[in-house]
Amino acid sequence: MSLLLRHTLLALAALAAVVLLTMVVDPFTNVRIATVGYYLVAVAGLTLLTGGNGQISLGHGAFMFIGAYTVGLLVIYVPSFPFWLDLLLAGVTAGLAGMLTGAAAARLHGPYLAGATLGLAVGLPAITQRFPDFLGGSNGLAFTVNSLPAGLKVPQTQWQAWVVWTTTLLVLVLLANVVRGRFGRMLRAVRDDEVAAALSGIHIGRTKIMAFLLSSACGGLAGGLQAFLLGTAAPGSFSVALSLSLLAAMVLGGVGSLWGALWGALALVYVPAWANDVTHSLDLSTNITQNLPLAVFGTVLVVVVLVFPRGIHGAFARLWQSVRKGKP
Amino acid sequence: MLSLSSVVTRYGAVHALNGVDIAVPEGTLTAVLGANGAGKTTLLRTISGLVAPAAGSISFDGTEIAGLPADRVARMGLGHVPEHGGVIRELTVRENLRLGGLWRRNLAFDEVLALFPPLAGKLGRQASTLSGGERQMLAIGRALMARPRVLLLDEPSLGLAPLVTAAIMRVLRDLRDRTGLTVLLVEQNARSALSVAERAYVLALGEVALAGSAESISAEALHEAYLGVNR
Amino acid sequence: MNTWWTLTVGGFASGAVYAALGLSLVIIFRATRVVNFAQPALALLSTYFAFTVNQVTGTYWLGFAVAIVAGAVLGALSDRLLIRPARAHGELGSVIVTLGLLLVVQAVAGMLWTSEPRSFGYAFDFRGLFSAANVFAVLVVLVTAAGVLLLFKFTSLGLRMRAAAFAPEAAALAGVRVGLMVTAGTALAAAVGALAGLLAVPPLLYPTVLDGIFVYSLTAAVIGGLDNPIGTVIAGFGTGIGLSYVSGYLGPELVTLAALAILVVVLSVRPHGLFGRGLARRV
Repeated sequence: MSLLLRHTLLALAALAAVVLLTMVVDPFTNVRIATVGYYLVAVAGLTLLTGGNGQISLGHGAFMFIGAYTVGLLVIYVPSFPFWLDLLLAGVTAGLAGMLTGAAAARLHGPYLAGATLGLAVGLPAITQRFPDFLGGSNGLAFTVNSLPAGLKVPQTQWQAWVVWTTTLLVLVLLANVVRGRFGRMLRAVRDDEVAAALSGIHIGRTKIMAFLLSSACGGLAGGLQAFLLGTAAPGSFSVALSLSLLAAMVLGGVGSLWGALWGALALVYVPAWANDVTHSLDLSTNITQNLPLAVFGTVLVVVVLVFPRGIHGAFARLWQSVRKGKP
Repeated sequence: MLSLSSVVTRYGAVHALNGVDIAVPEGTLTAVLGANGAGKTTLLRTISGLVAPAAGSISFDGTEIAGLPADRVARMGLGHVPEHGGVIRELTVRENLRLGGLWRRNLAFDEVLALFPPLAGKLGRQASTLSGGERQMLAIGRALMARPRVLLLDEPSLGLAPLVTAAIMRVLRDLRDRTGLTVLLVEQNARSALSVAERAYVLALGEVALAGSAESISAEALHEAYLGVNR
Repeated sequence: MNTWWTLTVGGFASGAVYAALGLSLVIIFRATRVVNFAQPALALLSTYFAFTVNQVTGTYWLGFAVAIVAGAVLGALSDRLLIRPARAHGELGSVIVTLGLLLVVQAVAGMLWTSEPRSFGYAFDFRGLFSAANVFAVLVVLVTAAGVLLLFKFTSLGLRMRAAAFAPEAAALAGVRVGLMVTAGTALAAAVGALAGLLAVPPLLYPTVLDGIFVYSLTAAVIGGLDNPIGTVIAGFGTGIGLSYVSGYLGPELVTLAALAILVVVLSVRPHGLFGRGLARRV
């Protein structure tokens, strides 16, 4: 069975599971399921860049910003476009921005790259203040995405979750094949030893730029999906904290692993929810509620790097290996 | 002055030193010979504290130093000039020398410059601009700044012209005769080492294959030890 | 007085802050080869200590002193507990660990002091263009930078710190206590960072107050070459003045984008900064 076929079957099974799940849960949970979906796209893109290619980005929130505003503007100014085209264009726009970033970043390493991408995360959302009429200033854009097909009689949130997860799984199948294929090998070769990779005929700069393009397109798509889901795009949602949370999610799941991206995306949605529940049940002040998720993500970053460098996926992989070894 | 008994050093599962016994009497120049990978560099790194031994004892002037951190050992008066010298390229020649004697009250600055005249004119230069021979002189000079009682030298002749090597060997012999400095010299180049040393050990695969006075080490015996033929 | 002059002087004062925080990043980078993304968080925490001391005792200068000392202690602690173990996990690992610390400290500050802005005063009168507060900021930063330079270049402590940073093994063989020197470097860096925080925060203190300033300081440090204190101080003042022009002539909302533009342009031309020498390229 070919790799593509296997990944596709796996994705179809996952889609079926998600659809079934959305049928039995309430609308609120459906939104959460959809949220996991778009975070998964963003974290998967980041893990391709960092785990696959060794480049760090503290600015993926900026690509989500681009994606969200692309969808918002298209919905408002070009209402005739179908929603899937808006989403596609969100990915394309962010991908182009990522290509430019990658071109600037290709020569940078470690802390220099981290500094430049952090600048992107801080600087880009401020552009909304520059064009308050067009981009809505700090309130951002609000719009309605009417995507539900006329004949379909399901709740809006259910349909949204389906759309998000269909997109997500498409992206994952694509990424899984990229990672296993020729381009994936080139990415890893550049990550492991640039000089050796160059000597074996790989164009370093081009490979790094391609990695940035793919990764930021995923970020843009994630932002687009978020806008599609929430009907808003505001600069406050794309803070530095978002970029760092994405990084935390990737590290927690296991750098370089698409399965790890799933665990990370789940954590992004459920850790704040859980923090909310905990502080409510313990009757703690709002100061603690608001800050607990960040404290947890920060702790996760430190502990995972120092104690479990391979993250959750690494732990699962080891468990699975020992189970298999245990069998005769 | 310096004695090792049954020292074992491991890198993971690899035994780099496997029960080494070596004695270096005060005021002597002792050579350690052996092929690549015999454990010579590990021996010096273990003595100076850069690597902790897994077993065995190392006594320096009656004090047990096995497992002590390298900076403590250095301040006790044991100088180690690592392979390729270990000169700090980013610092100037003067700074490299000063660094060697920072914890000493009376610096050996002028004496060191007298030993290695080529350094005197280049005190303000960055160490990275020196030639290979000058760097080796600077490295030895930096170790001497602390007035060590024992000097460990790791392949000082590596990559240097024979004339420069001869000059360095002459300085070492001189120091031993004049100041009673004890030297443990690791060399792959057996002839130049044996020409200045009194005693010699030959290491093979992390064990002492041969030991004796420098004259007693014959060419055939060396050959056997280098090739790993049975003793 | 024309706009240009006002903007230049104002930029000079904010540049002093970028220079100070940038300098603290350079000191710690020199000591550990790690860019400490938690540096603004340590500065923030130190400034909150100063705030609390100010409130309890009513004296500004006691809080000032407490903040500097607290900064040094926090720096030393973060080195021993986090940065040292993190260095074993490579560039990526240490960047991520310090970012984690940044998030934790900001969150904890928010929990302890709430996210509400608190008023935090200036050392001196801040009214007017050449206000006493501005002059103080510029002077303190210049004196600190000169002190740090003298320390590195002419004292034996500085020589030991540099040796430990450049070549830990060779330094240890020369009798230098490398671990102690690295911790001393981080403590010094965090103390300078705390100073930057005290100068940067007024009039209002809240958990994310230093985020933007950190980005500009990082810009200054990266342009300066990360390894070069003089370059970073020059770049800090330059960044302050440049961004002041952008804010005044083009609009304040473009300042962060301008910082990004400066960073990208400089790094594309010189990947190790304007004044950085960069490590020898592997071929």
